[in-house]
Amino acid sequence: MDKPFAITLDVGSSLANHTGSWRTSRPLYVDSLPPCNNACPAGENIQGWLFHAEAGDYEAAWRVLVQDNPLPAVMGRICYHPCETSCNRGQFDSAVGINSVERFLGDEAIKQGWKFAVPDKASGKKVLIVGAGPSGLSTAYHLVRLGHQVVIFDAGPLAGGMMRFGIPKYRLPRDVLDAEIKRILDMGVMLKLNTRVDNILDTMKSGGFDAAFLAVGAHIGKRAHIPAGSAAKVLDAVGVLHSMEGEEKPMLGRRVVVYGGGNTAIDVARTAKRLGATESIIVYRRTREKMPAHDFEVEEALQEGILIKWLSTIKQVSDEGALTIEKMVLDDKGFPQPTGEFETLESDSLVLALGQDVDLSLLNGVPGLEIKDGIVQVMPNMMTGHPGIFAGGDMVPSERTVTVGVGHGKKAARNIDAWLRGGEYAAAPKHELAAYEKLNPWYYSDAPKIMRPMLEVVRRQSTFDEVQGGLDETSAQFEARRCMSCGNCFECDNCYGVCPDNAVIKLGPGKRFEFNYDYCKGCGICVSECPCGAIKMVPEDV
Amino acid sequence: MLKQCEGSHAVASAVAMCRPEVICAYPISPQTHIVEGLGEMVKSGNLAPCEFINVESEFAAMSVAIGASAAGARSYTATASQGLLFMVEAVYNASGLGLPIVMTVANRAIGAPINIWNDHSDSMSQRDCGWIQLFAENNQEALDLHIQAFRLGEELSLPVMVCMDGFILTHAYERVDIPAQEQVDSYLPAFVPRQILDPAEPVSIGAMVGPEAFTEVRYLAHAKQMQALELIPQHAAEFKQIFGRDSGGLVRPYRCEDAETIVVALGSVLGTLKDTIDEMRDAGHKVGVLGIVSFRPFPLLAVREVLKNARRVVVLEKSLAVGIGGIVATDVRMALSGLHLHGYTVIAGLGGRAITKASLHKMLERAVKDELEHLTFLDLDHNLINRHLEREKQKRRSGPMAENMLRDVGVVAARIA
Amino acid sequence: MPFQPVKFYQTGTFTVGNRLLALEQRSVQANMQRTNSLNSGHRACQGCGEALGARYAIDAAMRASNKQLIAANATGCLEVFSTPYPETSWQIPWIHSLFGNTAAVATGIAAALRVKGRREVRVIAQGGDGGTTDIGFGCLSGMFERNDDVLYICYDNEAYMNTGVQRSSATPPAARTATTMPVGPEPGNVFGQGKNVAQIAMAHNIPYVATATVADLHDLEYKVNRAMGMHGARYIHIFVPCPLGWGAASNDTIRLARLARETGLFAVYEAEHGEVTSVSKIRKRVPVEDYLKLQRRFAHLFGKTPALETIARIQAMADKNIRKFGLLEQGGQ
Ligand SMILES: Cc1ncc(C[n+]2csc(CCOP(=O)(O)OP(=O)(O)O)c2C)c(N)n1
Ligand code: SF4
Ligand SMILES: [Mg+2]
Repeated sequence: MDKPFAITLDVGSSLANHTGSWRTSRPLYVDSLPPCNNACPAGENIQGWLFHAEAGDYEAAWRVLVQDNPLPAVMGRICYHPCETSCNRGQFDSAVGINSVERFLGDEAIKQGWKFAVPDKASGKKVLIVGAGPSGLSTAYHLVRLGHQVVIFDAGPLAGGMMRFGIPKYRLPRDVLDAEIKRILDMGVMLKLNTRVDNILDTMKSGGFDAAFLAVGAHIGKRAHIPAGSAAKVLDAVGVLHSMEGEEKPMLGRRVVVYGGGNTAIDVARTAKRLGATESIIVYRRTREKMPAHDFEVEEALQEGILIKWLSTIKQVSDEGALTIEKMVLDDKGFPQPTGEFETLESDSLVLALGQDVDLSLLNGVPGLEIKDGIVQVMPNMMTGHPGIFAGGDMVPSERTVTVGVGHGKKAARNIDAWLRGGEYAAAPKHELAAYEKLNPWYYSDAPKIMRPMLEVVRRQSTFDEVQGGLDETSAQFEARRCMSCGNCFECDNCYGVCPDNAVIKLGPGKRFEFNYDYCKGCGICVSECPCGAIKMVPEDV
Repeated sequence: MLKQCEGSHAVASAVAMCRPEVICAYPISPQTHIVEGLGEMVKSGNLAPCEFINVESEFAAMSVAIGASAAGARSYTATASQGLLFMVEAVYNASGLGLPIVMTVANRAIGAPINIWNDHSDSMSQRDCGWIQLFAENNQEALDLHIQAFRLGEELSLPVMVCMDGFILTHAYERVDIPAQEQVDSYLPAFVPRQILDPAEPVSIGAMVGPEAFTEVRYLAHAKQMQALELIPQHAAEFKQIFGRDSGGLVRPYRCEDAETIVVALGSVLGTLKDTIDEMRDAGHKVGVLGIVSFRPFPLLAVREVLKNARRVVVLEKSLAVGIGGIVATDVRMALSGLHLHGYTVIAGLGGRAITKASLHKMLERAVKDELEHLTFLDLDHNLINRHLEREKQKRRSGPMAENMLRDVGVVAARIA
Repeated sequence: MPFQPVKFYQTGTFTVGNRLLALEQRSVQANMQRTNSLNSGHRACQGCGEALGARYAIDAAMRASNKQLIAANATGCLEVFSTPYPETSWQIPWIHSLFGNTAAVATGIAAALRVKGRREVRVIAQGGDGGTTDIGFGCLSGMFERNDDVLYICYDNEAYMNTGVQRSSATPPAARTATTMPVGPEPGNVFGQGKNVAQIAMAHNIPYVATATVADLHDLEYKVNRAMGMHGARYIHIFVPCPLGWGAASNDTIRLARLARETGLFAVYEAEHGEVTSVSKIRKRVPVEDYLKLQRRFAHLFGKTPALETIARIQAMADKNIRKFGLLEQGGQ
């Protein structure tokens, strides 16, 4: 074409004009820390695995999940999901049902028979783990992935620790537990049951272990000093729950009183109900608000007909099982104070659920250890005062939950690995928190949370069938898609679309985006319109 | 084919034979008959393929033509007077963009006072708009110039205005030779646009140009018109070969060879002038007439060539540059740079006032004696003027001038169209 | 376009793309092969809503026409920032003629294409609010009345921006512009009758009229697509915030467009042959203050003594739109 000078121009020639020079600040893609990930005691990359679940790639989701936690089907049932408590979506409508999705993935993995991959390079190091509970199993899993050989000793007849002997079946069906434990063992972990370690140093030496991780849990029920008649039937909660796993079920009678306010108290009371107690009563010193048990568990217990006597302490137990109860009041600090008012409560048995102590006998004679309040002190790298001996789970200072135990496992494994290699594990610096204020929630569709189905109350009162059901695929995917992907690009193409200067380059599915700073004028629309807050503006140095 | 017909009809036939593809029009006297004719041809299917668009203003008419031409269609419109002024912005734009639109201007005065009759104020107001402006002396030439206009415009990628006197030509029945379609086809090739809006080869037309290149753009516009100075005579020669008659060209001298006095003029008045000159020649005056066909580009050299041996030049024009006098005269003077001859400007025929041989005689007789004022208004009614000036002197608010003067003439509101 | 939750998709169609949606459900802008009809290197201000709106609309039209598109552009910011010699940002056949004649130029192009039998090539005319609602209005109305085969797109930034933010007939009441300064007893633009060109377009009974904003990409693209699927005169009025002219942060462009809709100040709907066929409902209704406060052109309403009465009048305008167009979901508040 014979174009008139200056009046008619060749298309697209403005690419010669690099408008990036106008910029005073530049956008940067960031990966911030979603509050769910931040809150997860097991350090799961929740947003990361939800991302795959959203797309229906459940195996990929599961694989991301198990990078941190080898027990998703267990977690998806019994974790108290602090992730959901801190989930940003809670400020939008209601938290993402992370736990439901986790369970779905865990169950799906069992159904599909997905296995863990084992590295082909062996480190040649051998680690002893004492205790096949959540912490021990998790450590074993992570150590194997890091190439070490692992042997677990457990004093009990079955692996699982508190997951088996502390948590009732109706919350965690045993086939699920067995399947997830088996998958870990299948990685080549050697498990020695019914094997008590009396002296850790001897065992390590004789077995040629390079390091040890102790996770024996806390299995000794705390006893309160309650004067009791010699014929009175006073049991402890851990014992009761433990014997549920044996041949002989505990004989609790028709009126069972449980003393305590934690989750264990609830578990026992609900178990008693299922064993046939007509009345299962919890006696607790303070009020419902002050109760350490999770409210949803209290709620479920109440639904099942468990009675709770608030602001009550047990002063005495007679031979016939009559309990003398003193009414309490809360002082201004919230502590219960006696009132001098008494009443009597008849019972066939009294179960004490007042907490647990750790059996530390295996540590006798180990130099360098520090033990405080009956628990082993560890350094930030989970190592005890004795080099090469690490500890975790309920036997070290921390919140006593399965998830925390699993988290200890990962942390300990990394540190043991570093220690074995003569180095020190340095955790990657934490990303900035993806706070709700950094999101642009406008973009998320309205979607109320889908609740898991619950077993009807009659069956909950008489059987040990699982109380809480799982989500089907559609619902699980829906729930996953409720995730707002806080702080992490989920490839919604907003930045690519909203840039008035086409200064965002789309790299293709799964590859995210890049800025073309030749043309980016630094208007910041991409930052404002990124739904999940995965872009930030930083001043340009001039 | 010889035919006795109205000027507008002759032009419409010529335009139709040029196979225009888009015609857009908005009515204004005295252009109406041309586009009405074309509209009927399109509607009846006699002119096809062609889009005839009834637009809502002249501004739109020119704009539609701009769009159509930029999209590669041979485009035509016609207007006059107020209509031309209403489209001015687009008129400049069409030439700036280099779009070879052809437009007939049925020359008419500009108001206020509103006046539908002929003079050249309208096209003269656009002398700097970048269009080529050709003036027809009679209906035959009006017809011929349209055929040449498409050829010239498209070859140069410039729009062309064919100016013909309103009513005097547009509404006059004369015998014209209407060419055969084959003749037109052999003279005028199909339109091959220089630039075109086409998805197959996208371009951006109409960029904003700053000081860094604006002068160059304007220079090139000028250079193109200079190119036209060469093409116009060539085209006229070719035209003669095919059609067998002299039409177009840059200038048309009549009895100028030995003339001492030469009258320069454009358009239909040339006919009257030639008759007058013949009579004056008979009376022994060495006078001649120089008709300018191409007013833009202005043929400085050709004009100079004709005038250089004369003693005086009288520019007779149907337009007034208020505050100075002649428009054509100024350009003619440019052509005479360095030559010493007497120059007179005669403003005549404004708003349709008839230019009679008698008046021309009177004026020329004074001219040959160099008794003419440098600026003369032909047939100006001095009584009328004086009375008004007197009135104004007495009373500041003397009322609308035109109305007052008409009252003096005694025909208030009688001639307002 | 009403949002259609066939299946739940995290962000549905609120975001530009959505990897969970089928490819054909994603926006044109999400596509790696989008034309970028208005390419990088243009000289629009940071955060220009008009640049954004133009790319959205023209890219969508390019897809709808299978890249057989020609555009005529009015004088104004869009024209100036896209084609200063020697560079053009356009990737399509494009012409700029004048400020007020764009609809007519497009008519001419359409006529040329028709006469040449090129039905597949489609024509768009585009301009700012000034070029549309004021100076180009005559040509626009003429084009409508003749039902010429042109899609006219108005990018409404509510003032003559290119000449330095002067009032146009699309400038809202109370807004400060260079010619409606916030001084005197009625600061800012007057509360006039308004000039709703989309409604006027509907009064021409043309096949298609729609309003849209840059905050609602899927809706915008749907409308362009719908318009491109028809022949005859069509009109789309796109609300495009102007950071410079409105005194807003450059990163607030889309937020402002969203708020204009969510307050009810800008009604988003479509109409065929003069009758409204669908209305985009307000998702989360907000008071007009939320919108006004982000813009310095309304700053005089929020001085030491807030102009409560004026704000109430603006709110009343929003409320009227909500009533008139039924902008709330059934039972919405
Ligand atoms: C006939 C004419 N009058 C005035 C102008 C000056 N002018 C150029 S652009 C413009 C403002 C354009 O405003 P709008 O159409 O709203 O587009 P914006 O720049 O706001 O996008 C004006 C007044 C002009 N170019 N032509
Ligand atoms: S919305 Fe998703 S990423 Fe954000 S906190 Fe909740 S689960 Fe985590
Ligand atoms: Mg504007």
